[in-house]
Amino acid sequence: MTAPPALEVERLCAWYGAAQILYDVTFTVGRGEVVTLMGHNGAGKSTTMKAIMGLLPRRSGVVRLYGRDLSARKPFQIARLGVGFTPEDRRIFSDLTVLENLDVARQPPRLFDDGTPAPAWTPDALFRLFPNLAEMRHRPGGRMSGGEQQMLTIARTLMGNPLIVLLDEPSEGIAPVIVDEIANTILELKKQGLSILLSEQNVGFAELVSDRVYMLQKGQIRWSGPMPELAANAEVQSSYLTG
Amino acid sequence: MHLEGLVFQALDGLASASGLFFVAAGLSLIFGVTRIVNIAHGSFYMLGAYIAVTLATAIGGAVGFWGGILATAVIVGIVGALIEIVLLRRIYVAPELFQLLATFALVLVISDATLWLWGPEDLFGPRAPGLRGAVEILGRRLPTYDAFLIAIGPVVLCLLHLALSRTRFGRLIRAATEDREMVGALGVNQSVLFTAVFALGAALAGFGGALQAAREPANLGMDLTAISDAFVVVVVGGMGSIAGSYVAAVLIAEVKAVCIGIGLVQFAGLSFNFSKLTLVAEFLVMAIVLVVRPRGLMGRQQVAIRSVAEPDAPIRPATKTAALFGVAVLVVLAALPLLARSSPYTLVLGVDVLIAVLFAASLHFIMGPGGMHSFGHAAYFGLGAYGAALAVQWFAAPMGVALVAAPLLAAAGALLFGYFAVRLSGVYLAMLTLAFAQIVWSIVFQWQEITGGSNGVLGIWPTPPFDKLSAYFLLTLVLVACGVLLLRRMLFAPFGYAMRAGRDSPLRAEAIGIDVKRIHWLGFAIAGAMCGVAGGLFAFAKGSISPETISIGRSIDGLVMVLLGGIQTLSGPIVGASVFAVLQDYVMRETPYWHALLGGIILVLVLAFPGGLAGGALDLARRLRRP
Repeated sequence: MTAPPALEVERLCAWYGAAQILYDVTFTVGRGEVVTLMGHNGAGKSTTMKAIMGLLPRRSGVVRLYGRDLSARKPFQIARLGVGFTPEDRRIFSDLTVLENLDVARQPPRLFDDGTPAPAWTPDALFRLFPNLAEMRHRPGGRMSGGEQQMLTIARTLMGNPLIVLLDEPSEGIAPVIVDEIANTILELKKQGLSILLSEQNVGFAELVSDRVYMLQKGQIRWSGPMPELAANAEVQSSYLTG
Repeated sequence: MHLEGLVFQALDGLASASGLFFVAAGLSLIFGVTRIVNIAHGSFYMLGAYIAVTLATAIGGAVGFWGGILATAVIVGIVGALIEIVLLRRIYVAPELFQLLATFALVLVISDATLWLWGPEDLFGPRAPGLRGAVEILGRRLPTYDAFLIAIGPVVLCLLHLALSRTRFGRLIRAATEDREMVGALGVNQSVLFTAVFALGAALAGFGGALQAAREPANLGMDLTAISDAFVVVVVGGMGSIAGSYVAAVLIAEVKAVCIGIGLVQFAGLSFNFSKLTLVAEFLVMAIVLVVRPRGLMGRQQVAIRSVAEPDAPIRPATKTAALFGVAVLVVLAALPLLARSSPYTLVLGVDVLIAVLFAASLHFIMGPGGMHSFGHAAYFGLGAYGAALAVQWFAAPMGVALVAAPLLAAAGALLFGYFAVRLSGVYLAMLTLAFAQIVWSIVFQWQEITGGSNGVLGIWPTPPFDKLSAYFLLTLVLVACGVLLLRRMLFAPFGYAMRAGRDSPLRAEAIGIDVKRIHWLGFAIAGAMCGVAGGLFAFAKGSISPETISIGRSIDGLVMVLLGGIQTLSGPIVGASVFAVLQDYVMRETPYWHALLGGIILVLVLAFPGGLAGGALDLARRLRRP
């Protein structure tokens, strides 16, 4: 019997009110793999992540984390099983300082399904990963730049010692220097065995970090393949990403 | 007036500010995290006072008193937790109005439960062991217990501040106040957090009530006094700010105390007694603060609450069938004096029902199409009733004139209060209107020379030919029918469209040139005037009017009528008011615990249809369609 993948999504559908947003989205993310959801604004990338996280009022389909069914669970239970979520709009607690933001997300260390320990994070370890944050540990989240907030939201997610991180458009609206830093962080996390589901519109950034790509359009997966294949395929890029 | 006296009153004010602060702080904490305005918070305060007195008397001594106060906080906290688990947890996704109504129902239930457990008499507690003496300040004696109360307010404020900034629980509260969904996505169990916060808030209120019990007797009126004071404090201080609550509590208590301290003032041959101002002082403070800082002294912009409710379908003019049906009902009603000749009580009940219909229709006018959830509609009913009654009492006005005075006074009040109310929305507006209604009630209650105080005004009978019941019934029918049709007509005039546009999207409405605030203000005044007509008719129907009939209970009755009938339809308030008035007439004669029963009915309604009655019907239809 083969080990189950880190994340398995099967026939995921989701609705906002009466409008259906996702149609039978199916994909997997392996352990230590970086998988990127790509597509236009409104293609359903963020909705897929929110649906995995249990944040939508109405959804159907199956989501499994290392074989464990997440479909009927509440967001906090999904988080406690080891799914980390960094939302597109970052949602930093602006009243709380950097350290306090990290503390809110603190969870006990956990193991992978084969019994090996998953990376366990402390504020100090995260400050080594993001040296910028170390210098502003007592600054309220509301008084940080967009890039700093993006780093904080990733650091905050890592405080929960996740097995997989859902990273929604981390490069959006951020200075290029910081984008590079985030790309390095993703590779570092991958090296430690974490799985990452990334959503991205920018092929350049996706190319730096991704193993495989799923292309979404109007809530459906229209193309999938290894990253190098997409990078080489101008036709797929132009039909789903530009214009 | 001596300076020493003023300082002394100021100290007294500080002592009473502490109790107020505890209630307001709990209210503010709970709102911050759960977004529920807990109107039953004053009831926790009252429960605290009763339980503390009971424990202190039963156990006795210093242990009974001081230990009892701490035990009371714990007990009330547990009661709060139970209420959160059993009731509130089920309605976090319900429309705001239903949440408010549910906590209102709790007020009714707790009030009658207290009556049942402890009886109607005021309950005097023992004085504080160890603090029975007095300290001498500026030649006067300040009770040591008051000095203790003065000190404990800031102490608890500091403790709360430390708890919020230094503990993980506090950090979670602050994080959830900003973005509770994100807190959940980070692995925090919101249900536990919400229950804990609710218990903490309830415990604070119970603690405040317990401390106060040694200063004044526990009584059944404490709940509403405490909650309306706490509302004012929270609005003045800024929702969600604990420090703001303390500053506002001190400010309001001080203004009141100073009014008493100044007392009678002679100026340019006129004398004015400032101590009469105490009941309106908090209103004046609130009005000034809201004009200068709409979010209160230390409040901040609240994160918009994502509405989960579906938008209402637009209201439509009546179809031919509906109009014919309406005419038929009117004809039957007009013939009622002939049909019911053998049972005059039918006509008495008929007048009651008609007055309720106009009352509910006027409330629906601002709540439904206007989107302004007034929790103090009794104010305009009361102003109308007293407008008519006082015109008769002091100017010997004939009934016709008195019935014109009624809507005029009510409209004047609605213009004044509405000016402030339309600047707010949602729960702020609900709280403000409730506070205004309490103020009208207080003025009527306290201004004994003019209004007759708690006795009210007696002997307001209709003049011939309306002294005959059947004639008065017809008069009521004509006025109510005209009122309801007028309100209805206005909704389909440009004014009504503008009002609905302003409700649905204030920004877009302003962008096409509608002065939303002015339109809503006008709508508020029109509803007030119509409600005043109902009040005037009520005074003549009963022959008297007393503060009791315009108390907070009437505002709630109006809300229940409107929600019972369904807020989305124009006939809703008519149906709701009729059902409610008949039901009330029937049930009130059966049981002294009418309030608890009413509260129970509301709770069942809210729990059975957490999406509102119309939402419930939609749900049902959807379920039936899907096999």
